[in-house]
Amino acid sequence: MDNQSREPVIVFDGFSYQYRVQTSPSLADIHLKIYEGEKVLILGPSGSGKSTLAHCINGLAPYFYPGTATGSLTIRGTETKELDLFRLSDRVGTVLQDPDGQFVGLTVAEDIAFRMENDAVPLPEMKERVRAAAEEAGILEHLEASPHSLSGGQKQRITVAGVISSGVGILLFDEPLANLDPDAGRKAIEQIDRIHRETGKTILIIEHRLEEALHRQVDRIIVIQEGRIVADLKPDELLTSPLLVEAGIREPLYLTALRYAGGEVEARHRPSRLDTMELGPFAERLKAWTEGRQSNDRLEIGATHERSHEPPLLELAGIGFGYEPGKPILRDVSLSIRKGERVGIVGKNGAGKSTLSKLICGFHKPTSGSIRYEGRDIGGDTIKERAQRVGFVLQNPNHMISKTLVHEEIALGLKARGIGEEETARRAQEALRVCGLAPYRNWPISALSFGQRKRVTIASVLVLQPEVLILDEPTAGQDYRHYNEMMEFIMRLREEGLTVLFITHDLHLLLEYTDRAIVLSDGGVLADAFPDDVLTDPELVREASLKETSLMGLARRAGLSDPRGFVRTFIAEDRAKRGRSR
Amino acid sequence: MKMLAYAKLDSPIHRLTGAAKLLFFALWSMGAMITFDTRFLVGFIVFGLVLLKVSRVRLREYSFLLYLIGAFFLLNHVAIYLFSPLEGVKIYGTKHVLLQLPGRYDLTAEQLFYQLNIALKYLAVIPIAFLFILTTDPGEFAASLNRVKVSYKIAYAVSIALRYIPDIQRDFQNISFSAQARGVDISAKEKLGKRLRNVIGILMPLILSSIERIETISAAMELRGFGRGKRRTWYKDRPFGPGDYGALAFIAVVLAALVWLTIARGSRFYNVFESPLF
Repeated sequence: MDNQSREPVIVFDGFSYQYRVQTSPSLADIHLKIYEGEKVLILGPSGSGKSTLAHCINGLAPYFYPGTATGSLTIRGTETKELDLFRLSDRVGTVLQDPDGQFVGLTVAEDIAFRMENDAVPLPEMKERVRAAAEEAGILEHLEASPHSLSGGQKQRITVAGVISSGVGILLFDEPLANLDPDAGRKAIEQIDRIHRETGKTILIIEHRLEEALHRQVDRIIVIQEGRIVADLKPDELLTSPLLVEAGIREPLYLTALRYAGGEVEARHRPSRLDTMELGPFAERLKAWTEGRQSNDRLEIGATHERSHEPPLLELAGIGFGYEPGKPILRDVSLSIRKGERVGIVGKNGAGKSTLSKLICGFHKPTSGSIRYEGRDIGGDTIKERAQRVGFVLQNPNHMISKTLVHEEIALGLKARGIGEEETARRAQEALRVCGLAPYRNWPISALSFGQRKRVTIASVLVLQPEVLILDEPTAGQDYRHYNEMMEFIMRLREEGLTVLFITHDLHLLLEYTDRAIVLSDGGVLADAFPDDVLTDPELVREASLKETSLMGLARRAGLSDPRGFVRTFIAEDRAKRGRSR
Repeated sequence: MKMLAYAKLDSPIHRLTGAAKLLFFALWSMGAMITFDTRFLVGFIVFGLVLLKVSRVRLREYSFLLYLIGAFFLLNHVAIYLFSPLEGVKIYGTKHVLLQLPGRYDLTAEQLFYQLNIALKYLAVIPIAFLFILTTDPGEFAASLNRVKVSYKIAYAVSIALRYIPDIQRDFQNISFSAQARGVDISAKEKLGKRLRNVIGILMPLILSSIERIETISAAMELRGFGRGKRRTWYKDRPFGPGDYGALAFIAVVLAALVWLTIARGSRFYNVFESPLF
């Protein structure tokens, strides 16, 4: 569409912002115009300043996160400096990233009504508007339910309904995908798109996950890096420029595959949407690549399974458990894990993935079944005894950190075990190094980002030298660069014989870093297979709330006869490229 | 352990508005606090039990909390006896010694009667307090506080604090488990000083994660206009119905009668030793 004929609604002109607690500006010299009715994706790795940009638009900066702004930022022609948070919220509606944390109402209806309550809308009108918004968002039947009892996707719909009902013209989505499982994330993007088409509102999406965000068309992508705008391009142009890699953003998987196959993708092929991309020039190349490699691929992938003759390290048999009587979360879970394996545990939110690891660590006792370690029943062992072998890194690093300085936190467990000072120092140094934290050893943890804190917690468990490491959503809150760094170092540890269990929703992680995927569903094990077999099976993908990988879509569109074989080829190539296929 | 939680049931008590129940509870407690008259207190208790029955709330589910209250109740009685063993004698003006004990700790019928009345006060108030909490929709709770002229910001703060208790309990559990897994022992096996230090170590992440929660929720609330006006409306607000007016009229009459009787007789106490019932 032609931007010349439209009104700019948000205009940044030489705008900079510096938080009071920071020594350098988080945004510097921003020039940007957003037009009425546009749908814009604001992309950047964590710490790039994209959240600050959002906070400046909705007023959280400076009203909630104090700091100094210079230059000009106008919203619908008014300088934001002249608007307070409330008057800004009449113009911009925000959906924050953590749906759980932002529910104010105890029921869905109350949460949708919250904005209207604060505007002192009379009760009869409010009830009517709540109904209308709930109907629009497709959650009418849940009006009286507690928001927390609903699924991730439904939660997102509630917050959206609340924003729609207030009638603002600009909608700001702050990392809408961050806390959703892949399936719910897909639906969220579809819903945002529907709102955009039906209401014509201006929509801003802040994200670092490009492929997922591009599930539906956007008009423009703004890339932010180190507080500056480094790109302002149409999706097709951005995907074919080298800027993406430089900014530390992961390209869509199907484009990586095309690259591996030797294809040169250009903007004219319209690569931003797989379903409408012009694949004609690449189909033959993909076919040839798949066929040429397939014979040795099975061998390469198989190499990681060579240890299958080894005796199992950890065995779970018939495990059942529930937090409340009569409401079992796990009914009958049996699985066995061998030394050195990397296993992904997947399943819907609430399928019992985290619960299972808590049972392994002895936080709770299973109501039935047994857990064996090296053949010995460890049912009677305490948390402390099990922790000698099994290290568990919780999903939220803030739940683990209890010291103020990085090196103190890492030494905590060693001190508690009475390990000598020299040995403590040696091990701590080693853990700091592998986790990429050596420069921060004397830093206060409060100054670290979420991703860095997560690495601190991993280091604090690694120093205890566990034989099995359980990581709960290790990649949550990590952008591509940190994801890569962290996963590569975990892989290095594996070479020293560490067995790793990932609890995850991340299909990239499953594809790239695991030997086996266990799908939990309805309290039992639904599947226990190669990750590529899980990700290429539509039924399993649905059951585990995963998302079909775009590699499958690519294979179908290119008319490949063996899509699974293609996915395997891709994995093998990818692992080889990363230099750790064996 | 089961925490006090509203359960959606349909009973005449549940149908009353939150504000009416709050006022009723306030006046009821006031009555039970003013009087030491055994006859009134017994009346209160019997009526309270009837209300409990009507509401179909099952107090047995909260046995843990009842035990807890019971323990404080006992502690309270021991303390009263330790600090003023002759309070009853002072109030009722007679001294019937039942058991000779050293010092001033003679066990008197007056003291027992006085402490019995205190016990009855507890029993008069506790069921109604439970009833109020268990039959009031938490969404309506803040609205009802606001209706009795508590600032809506305070009312909302109270209701949100109540709502986050289970979340914070869950956080605490996670934190303490992960600390134990790293060898930080907070069980009785550890020496007291060390154990205390370990517990403090666990509190820090708990505080941090709670602050994080508070930050998110307050940003979310402000972005949606909370605190903007002097007044706000409530989705769960309901107008007073005949039942609400009836309940309030009833408790007002009872309280008035009680106050009038107390003033007329010039004493809050019923003296069983002067005019025995039997």
